Amino acid sequence: MTAKRLAPTGRREGRSMLATPMAAQAVLDREFLELRAKLLELAASFDRLDRGGGISPDDRRLQLVRLGLKVLLDETGDRAEQIQLIFSRPYDDDWQKEFGLMPPTSEPAPVQE
Amino acid sequence: MYYFDPHIHMVSRTTDDYEQLAKMGCVGVSEPAFWAGFDRGSVDSFRDYFRQLTDFEKRRAQQYGIRHFTWLCINAKEAENVHLSRDVIAMIPEFLDQPTVLGIGEIGLNKNTPNESIIFLEHVDLAVQHDQSILIHTPHLEDKFQGTMMILDMLCDDSRLDRNRVLVDHVEEHTVRHVIEEGFWAGMTLYPVSKCTPQRAVDIIEMYGPDRLLVNSAGDWGPSKPTAVPDFILEMRRRGHSESLIRRIVYDNPIEFFSPSRNFQFQAPDALEEIIRT
Repeated sequence: MTAKRLAPTGRREGRSMLATPMAAQAVLDREFLELRAKLLELAASFDRLDRGGGISPDDRRLQLVRLGLKVLLDETGDRAEQIQLIFSRPYDDDWQKEFGLMPPTSEPAPVQE
Repeated sequence: MYYFDPHIHMVSRTTDDYEQLAKMGCVGVSEPAFWAGFDRGSVDSFRDYFRQLTDFEKRRAQQYGIRHFTWLCINAKEAENVHLSRDVIAMIPEFLDQPTVLGIGEIGLNKNTPNESIIFLEHVDLAVQHDQSILIHTPHLEDKFQGTMMILDMLCDDSRLDRNRVLVDHVEEHTVRHVIEEGFWAGMTLYPVSKCTPQRAVDIIEMYGPDRLLVNSAGDWGPSKPTAVPDFILEMRRRGHSESLIRRIVYDNPIEFFSPSRNFQFQAPDALEEIIRT
């Protein structure tokens, strides 16, 4: 069995393999109204939740949303990857042992009926 | 600009969609076998489906100058029925010499279960035994990261695989790096809400470069947009990326990935024009 890949740390500086991404000022000029509209959508969604009586602080989904909002204010790069990981089930690299799966040359694993 | 859509389920789309794709520059599609929206009950259902994929769709696409290629498998959503899955896997070789079959796909995981993993491995073995390329579906939303890592574990454990002939599809920001770094092809699906937007796909191209990256619409019977690849092309242009870079991602890369498949015969439209002129 090969060595397992490490789960990402989720903290890497923003980077680009291409020499010519749009300049930040041009991105902001183009996307400012879109950013504003997305913020308004989020604000209106939270207001809607409040008007409906609010959600228990124990609700896992809202906890995840709040974690995601914190990432948005982070000054480091890779925010999209970090938010994806917040909304992901954890990966356990011992899963094959748990499932009883063997490398291709071994006997097939028992089927779960 | 000419382009390929390397992952689209045309059996779920109308003939009008073929016409629209052709008008937007699509010259080829590849259609992996998919879930029908309900679990099929017998191997003969799949035999008929594979006839549709290898015969009828090819002819429907030809009317609009689009080449239709396909991939065969039983989808992960139906893999919990292991006995049926094994019957289908045993039947697939009947179709592997059909002239538009590129390989085995879209195999993969759905809920990351033991039976899905067993059937995934048996599909991989089928591909290796018959010298076929592989197209892989990765799970949705909260299951994607875990499922993609499990798929990579299984692929990397198999030293028989040529990684240049394996496409791991539906990558997003948290999975693309793992797929690329292991030497596989990665596909980005432009899908409303649950996968990548054209804007985020261009971001990923800017972060990782164009090597071994594809974009597709995965248009199917659910909410999806068969003309999503032109949306990606437009976003690339709006950001000032060169036509050669765009062409590489939407045309050259699919052809490069398909080329090791023994049934991939494709004459570029430009070359056809040249032949006609001479």
